[in-house]
Amino acid sequence: MRLTITVNGTEYSRDVEPRLLLIHFLRDDLGLTGSHWGCDTSNCGACVVCLDETPVKSCTVLAVMADGRRVLTVEGLARGGRLDPVQEAFAACHGLQCGFCTPGMMLTARWLLDHVPDPTDAEIRAAISGQICRCTGYENIVRSVRQAAAVRAEAAGQADPEPAG
Amino acid sequence: MTAAGPAAAYGAMPRKEDARLIRGQGTFVDDIALPGMLHGAVLRSPYAHARISSVDVTAARAHPMVEAVLTGADLAGQGLAWMPTLSGDVQAVLATDKVRFQGQEIAFVVARDRYSARDALELIAVEYEPLAPVTDARTALEPGTALIRDDIAGQRDNRIFDWSAGDKEATDAAFAAADVVVGCDMVYPRSHPAPLETCGIVADLDQVTGKLTVWVTSQAPHAHRTMYATVTGLPEHKIRIVSPDLGGGFGNKVPVYPGYLCAVAATMLTGRPVKWIEDRSENLMSGSFARDYHMRGEIAASADGTILALRARVLADHGAFNATAQPTRFPAGFFHIFTGSYDLRAAHCEVTGVYTTKAPGGVAYSCSFRVTEAVYLVERMVDLLARELSTDPAELRMRNLLRPEQFPYTAPTGWQYDSGDYPRALRLALEIAGYPQLRAEQADRRARGEYMGIGLSFFTEGVGAGPREHMDILGLGMADGADLRVHPTGKAVLAISVQTQGQGHETTFAQLVAHELGLSPDDVEVVHGDTDRTPFGLGTYGSRSTPVSGAAAVVAARRVRERARLVAAAMLEVSADDLEWADGAWRVRGDPEQSRGIAEIAMAAHSSLRLPDGVEGHLDASAVYNPPNLTFPFGAYICVTDVDPGTGEVKVRRFIAVDDCGVRINPMIVAGQVHRGLADGIGIALMQSIAFDADGNCLGGSFMDYLLPTAVECPSWELGATVTPSPHHPVGAKGIGESATVGSPPAVVNSVLDALAPLGVRHADMPLTPARVWRAIQGRPLRPDLAVE
Amino acid sequence: MTASRTSVRSYTRDEAGPGPGRAGLGVTCAEGGSLQVPAHVEYEKAASIEHALELLARYGPDARVLAGGHSLIPMMKLRLAQPEVLVDINAIRELSFITLTDGELRVGALARHAQLLDSALAGQLFAILHDAERVIADPVVRLWGTVGGSLCQADPSEDLSAAFAALKGTMVIRGPDGSRAVSARKFHSGPYETVVGAGELLTEIRVPVRPGGGSAYLKVARRVGDWPVGAAGAAVWLDGDTISDAGIGLTAVGARSFAAAEAEEYLRGRRPTEDTFGRAGEIAAASCRPVSDQRGPADYKQHLARELTIRVLRTAVRRAREPQLAVPS
Repeated sequence: MRLTITVNGTEYSRDVEPRLLLIHFLRDDLGLTGSHWGCDTSNCGACVVCLDETPVKSCTVLAVMADGRRVLTVEGLARGGRLDPVQEAFAACHGLQCGFCTPGMMLTARWLLDHVPDPTDAEIRAAISGQICRCTGYENIVRSVRQAAAVRAEAAGQADPEPAG
Repeated sequence: MTAAGPAAAYGAMPRKEDARLIRGQGTFVDDIALPGMLHGAVLRSPYAHARISSVDVTAARAHPMVEAVLTGADLAGQGLAWMPTLSGDVQAVLATDKVRFQGQEIAFVVARDRYSARDALELIAVEYEPLAPVTDARTALEPGTALIRDDIAGQRDNRIFDWSAGDKEATDAAFAAADVVVGCDMVYPRSHPAPLETCGIVADLDQVTGKLTVWVTSQAPHAHRTMYATVTGLPEHKIRIVSPDLGGGFGNKVPVYPGYLCAVAATMLTGRPVKWIEDRSENLMSGSFARDYHMRGEIAASADGTILALRARVLADHGAFNATAQPTRFPAGFFHIFTGSYDLRAAHCEVTGVYTTKAPGGVAYSCSFRVTEAVYLVERMVDLLARELSTDPAELRMRNLLRPEQFPYTAPTGWQYDSGDYPRALRLALEIAGYPQLRAEQADRRARGEYMGIGLSFFTEGVGAGPREHMDILGLGMADGADLRVHPTGKAVLAISVQTQGQGHETTFAQLVAHELGLSPDDVEVVHGDTDRTPFGLGTYGSRSTPVSGAAAVVAARRVRERARLVAAAMLEVSADDLEWADGAWRVRGDPEQSRGIAEIAMAAHSSLRLPDGVEGHLDASAVYNPPNLTFPFGAYICVTDVDPGTGEVKVRRFIAVDDCGVRINPMIVAGQVHRGLADGIGIALMQSIAFDADGNCLGGSFMDYLLPTAVECPSWELGATVTPSPHHPVGAKGIGESATVGSPPAVVNSVLDALAPLGVRHADMPLTPARVWRAIQGRPLRPDLAVE
Repeated sequence: MTASRTSVRSYTRDEAGPGPGRAGLGVTCAEGGSLQVPAHVEYEKAASIEHALELLARYGPDARVLAGGHSLIPMMKLRLAQPEVLVDINAIRELSFITLTDGELRVGALARHAQLLDSALAGQLFAILHDAERVIADPVVRLWGTVGGSLCQADPSEDLSAAFAALKGTMVIRGPDGSRAVSARKFHSGPYETVVGAGELLTEIRVPVRPGGGSAYLKVARRVGDWPVGAAGAAVWLDGDTISDAGIGLTAVGARSFAAAEAEEYLRGRRPTEDTFGRAGEIAAASCRPVSDQRGPADYKQHLARELTIRVLRTAVRRAREPQLAVPS
């Protein structure tokens, strides 16, 4: 059936099978391989993307459920060549090693900071508790989110903030 | 012209890898799409043990999107139905006579898209004659148990090997003379490395050139290449293995899996690229598991707390095929390092390996070739001894740790520990933890009926395998190469044989070379993972990258530097002996302003400058590094837990980790490696295990059942460091990748059992889930390897 | 909500006896190989409740309602569920309310878990709902999974089933002939089965608000986000120093209809003391028939039924005694 969907600001119209999972549509049909998949049971969160501003495990959503909606993947985080503060923070704080969980972690972190601009460590850990990292032991991911929060707060204090999303 | 001083290159610099990874521009194997590419899917056995009567693929072949279906019979026709394992056994690629574990590969479907390949699996009809499974390692050798490996001529039972190390007589004598003897049975349950990216391959045979290009999740691309050449008969120089970005490995990506060979066979058959990516259940059920050691430990001591001797008897469950990966000479890996970090008079261990109807493997998951099992055993025994003697476990360790003046030290089972200051590391850990205050708090809480535990672990690792005279895998010596070229404008390219899966080699190896040559790490490009572009080596596992490949890189860099000296001498028209290396350049002794840096020297080496006789132009060098010994990182860990005996729930409150990995090239990356291993400890100690029921069903085949720790279970890690340089490594580095996975599980377990001590619990096996803790308190423990009844 | 495969396994084993292909094989090898993508399915998007009912009537029992998808799609990927048609109801905004109406808390079936957790109204009226939502799945899944979807999946380890059982809630089911109300304790007809018929839709859950109430939920799991090994919820209503009514909900421990009716009966009219809680816990545990699985053995689950019932009663009573906050209307 016909699927019309906006991904990272670009509208796409494709014929897809209803059973096609959103993660496979993004990766295989659109070639956006920045989002990954790592399990069969919706546990690992490597596939997290944003669907209408909300993080979702895209392996647990049919592409057709996203018809008429907007998707944001890691490829859409940078704006006009400028990295998002979470991207810069993850790199600065060694919040990634193999990089496989990183796109999902960054999107959830960004959503958290949109709603809780100054989260505690416990809130950060709870926010990413549905996503597995096998490399970092989570320590530097938490530090990265704290750093991103600080950078965003400073930017918000200094200038008219860009609308989030 | 860079003028970086020699110290500037080491340090916490950001990683080069991150630029692409934070943008989602990494290239993982499943990201690769080639024109005309087909997709493979594996049909797997639901039975743990069964004869195969027939495999009917007619309906699958007729599926409109299916291009080919391979069966064991098809592969047998090409001599590909069986392949060698890394332990000198053979493993079925696709089953022919029978299946020997649930999840074993039966057939391989190749279709035009991924979903159709999955659909077509349901169209394959297999007739099985079920046989009795063998799921309990403890009864695998009993008479009457089904024979699993009837494919091996002369195999009469399920025994694989018997192996021992140490001096039995001296050990028995020490035990006989001891004041105190404590024994304990313990299991290191079967677990699985579960990297977030599963294993996969894209195989592409160019029918015109005859070149096979393979993109694959491999921690050892060159070893894979040699293996493919051996198994398929394709000439090795026509095989190119590329390991692009890997989403974690942890030993899971060392073996050559049947799915890989099926994809290779499929591309040979169809003439098109074939991709096969395993899903998570395949990964957990058929990919290389880890551990599964049933151990009995005994420790002998004198009344004053001097540890005299250690004994261990081990039953090793290897699954249906012996596919452990370790140096050939050591079927139980380095388990005989179980004497740990203590000064013992004698030790002896015996290991019996057995087949069971389970997936093959055993050596994986940052075990440093069974050092995880060894350290768990000795650290549990030391804690049990402490309890027997009513001695504080920190004090008991401090009394028995090897002293710095005892190095180099030959352990009772032959290991030559070359360096270490153990008491200093333990003191630092105790200080960071605030140990006396913790014990005081524990006493307070006990009086209030609260259960808090403090657990210690001290470990010595043996990593960086290894001297090729003693260590080979499948006959390939464990030496690694490095090629270094400096371009005319002073930029360098280092090609190495090891393969990062997130450890940051592109950064740390650049730092190593930069340090030797006075360059900026940004001016050193690290090439790895492509067998067409890199020298031979045995790959990344066993924490060997820095000790072996890092050493090769340094040796190559120093050879470049020596060649540069000769060129600089020609440039400056002085004798080479008049030059000394200082502050990143060759300088005339006594007149340091007369100098040449590597960049200028490189240009000169490529120019028409007249060089002395015997000195070749350009500025390149190679090295193959044969390590003289292993390296011996060590550490002291302390874990604080709170246990709710009403529910059995365990909360890890704090974790203190002091590591000594010798000289640290990039402390930020070292800390990240430690963080990971500490999280492993939480998971392994508290929630991870793969059990089997009596029918041979695997009960840990998904992330709903095989649980991994999240950010919530992990505390904020508290790290400390001491530095005891390796005496033989060119820069004194020892390697760090597996230390924390080795040292952390015993700390967590010791902590929980310390918490439960007032309730009379002496020992409980991992994983310490709430149910298992509660049952231990009731005195009715559960075995971790069997189904819960 | 992610499918509870362990629970599926334990029930399948009980029904079909031991053998291969049961445990673990829904995931991997049931008659085939690894199956991590759904089978072919058709898809319709409902624009309204009436439209949804019309689609359900048209396709009959071969159709399944698709809400957040986090219960159903995982089962479809494992091919444990293979509907012919999916009726997507996510566009039916009128089902995602949380209101206080006519003295009842009313939760629309399409309310997301996160929505219920964020609802100050729900949390103040019935703390048990927040206690439970806080430990259901993970934050990302909670943004998409729905209250109705979880209840209709009817996993024997599902948390809201126990919470609403404790609250003695009522499920409102709409069909072609209008709505009917079913007690939360009559909503389930077996593992993974509810009384919602093939042409029907769960539209809301209602819980009457009564004075003097306090509630709590406690769950033991092997790890955050995991299904419970055992969980208990309690709701008590005090009249002075007497328990005038009590509701005890239990999940994952083989409690009939997710409730401990005998223990509730015992509590009515008694004073809320430690002895009372202890006895209620014993009675609740005795009324359970837990099954051993990899999460835990039956005796441990039985113990949890008792231990957690005691603990939630304690907390529920403490909360009932606290000054009741003014409820936003």
